[in-house]
Amino acid sequence: MSTFAPQAAKRLRLSLPATTRQWTCRACAQQRAAFSSTSRSSEQQTTDRKSTRDEGTTHFGFSTVAESAKASRVGAVFSSVASSYDTMNDLMSLGIHRLWKDHFVRSLNPGIRPAFAPSGEPRGQKILDVAGGTGDIALRHLDHATNINRDSHTSVIISDINPDMLAEGQKRFKQSPYNRDGRVSFLEANAEDIHTIESNSIDLYTVAFGIRNFTHKDKALREAFRVLKPGGVFACLEFTPNLSNPVLNAIYKRWSFAAIPLIGQIVAADRDSYQYLVESIERFPTQREFMGMIKEAGFLIPGERGDGQEHVGWEDLSAGIAAIHKGVKPA
Amino acid sequence: MRAVMPPPVLFRRLLALPTPLRVRTFSVLNRPQPNYPGHVPLTYIEKAALAVGSAFGSLRDPYRHDLIASLGEATANPYFLPRLHRAMLSDPTGRRILRDKPRITSQSMRLEELRKMDDGTVGRAYAAWLDREGVTPDTRDAVKYIDDPEEAYVMQRYRETHDFTHAITGLPVIIEGELAVKAFEFANTLLPMTALSLVAVVRLKPVERKRFWDIYLPWALRNGLKAEELINVYWEEELETNVDVLRARLGIEAPPDLREIRKVERDKRKAEKAAVESLRNA
Repeated sequence: MSTFAPQAAKRLRLSLPATTRQWTCRACAQQRAAFSSTSRSSEQQTTDRKSTRDEGTTHFGFSTVAESAKASRVGAVFSSVASSYDTMNDLMSLGIHRLWKDHFVRSLNPGIRPAFAPSGEPRGQKILDVAGGTGDIALRHLDHATNINRDSHTSVIISDINPDMLAEGQKRFKQSPYNRDGRVSFLEANAEDIHTIESNSIDLYTVAFGIRNFTHKDKALREAFRVLKPGGVFACLEFTPNLSNPVLNAIYKRWSFAAIPLIGQIVAADRDSYQYLVESIERFPTQREFMGMIKEAGFLIPGERGDGQEHVGWEDLSAGIAAIHKGVKPA
Repeated sequence: MRAVMPPPVLFRRLLALPTPLRVRTFSVLNRPQPNYPGHVPLTYIEKAALAVGSAFGSLRDPYRHDLIASLGEATANPYFLPRLHRAMLSDPTGRRILRDKPRITSQSMRLEELRKMDDGTVGRAYAAWLDREGVTPDTRDAVKYIDDPEEAYVMQRYRETHDFTHAITGLPVIIEGELAVKAFEFANTLLPMTALSLVAVVRLKPVERKRFWDIYLPWALRNGLKAEELINVYWEEELETNVDVLRARLGIEAPPDLREIRKVERDKRKAEKAAVESLRNA
């Protein structure tokens, strides 16, 4: 269609065709965005192009920024949204994010049933929740382990690059028994380099709605591979750039780009951060591409049969708005 | 597959409409380039939603000045902001302001210098008012949602000179004072946001509300209509003018000092309470 009527195609086209998109961040920076960017991004582009000729560039939403600058730009976004994070999540997803997170944790089934625990001292699992600053996933892990699996030894390390988000998490856990029993700890670290965590020491590594903000997703995946024990599980809950159904996708895209920044403006007085959030979703690799990245890091994908016949190696949620990717470190 | 084209006559007629009413040819997925730094082009539905959301948000929390700002921008078109723009264009000083496009920030309005000015000048009154209320010239948000750059400047100028309106009327920054200034600005500039913000009168205490209806609303409407357009005042050049002279030139009477009235009432209430206490203890 693009050859017959470029204008109409541009108006109707909801995303770049998959063939022109590569999941390498550097390539994204060289492509013209299908959607117009905010003015801040166009200003940023002119200044960055001059100063970052030698340094690598990456995407920040629809803008192009120096790689070294991305982490601090993302940091600024999350410091700004930290205090209203949960309220905004409820408004943006109409509360559905709670269902996604519940399903995510339930399907991982953290904790070891006492009946199945190896004899001797009950050890519990060591879970690492990355980019989990506000602690909502960690709380679910601990609740599930304690209440469903009757495992009161499983512990969670909550790691986040942003101290304001971690502060929100600390607030959440202040009065909880998990804090008293030392089953939750907080680590301020960049997921691309969590050197304070020993290799082969984590049973379960989770990252929910965090990995799309990482500057180098492949580095983070390799770190995940390093810290996990053999047989350990990597699980990622993240938004996808496109829904499977084109009609739903059209509605969803319009909601994302119109309503979400508007809600951000009205509720949190911060349109720009929410504009960045929806643009960063757009820039994330598709489920298949991301599965490829996880495989590249060395993980085995559950659901894939060794006979080469590929079954879906991820789980779509809510018609593909979000997806759960899992990987297992080979023994 | 042929792309579907709208009938040419209808299309031409739609394009001939004035800019604010012209049918939008963009969707939120394909916003046009910004017309000025900070510009965010919005569709009609977004503007309507912004207006409604800002209205309720600012009613819930009047300290959200950014919501009052966005309410102003969302409701300024199609007629009201262009009218204000035309009012500026019809006046020689207004035209000079539009040519120079001065901005009021803490850099352009240096408080230390303003404080040194003679008593009774506009500059001194402005500095004194800022100090008394504990605000700075920097608290104004940048205009984002107005499409025409010159109209965006008019809106920005209105926002930045709001504090000068406070200064020459002497009305304080508390809700009572703000509502009186807003009523005055409505009669003077006709911006819908100023009228809509008067809904916040429901948040006033009964005694404050009575004062508003009896004293400040009549004062505001009478003076706002009678006065010259305040948007055409080149405040940067009027800093050394005497406040009474400027008020007389513009046609504004000074309203009763609100802080004084409130203080007198507070003292009276305290005296009454003390009297009741002493009677009880006696």
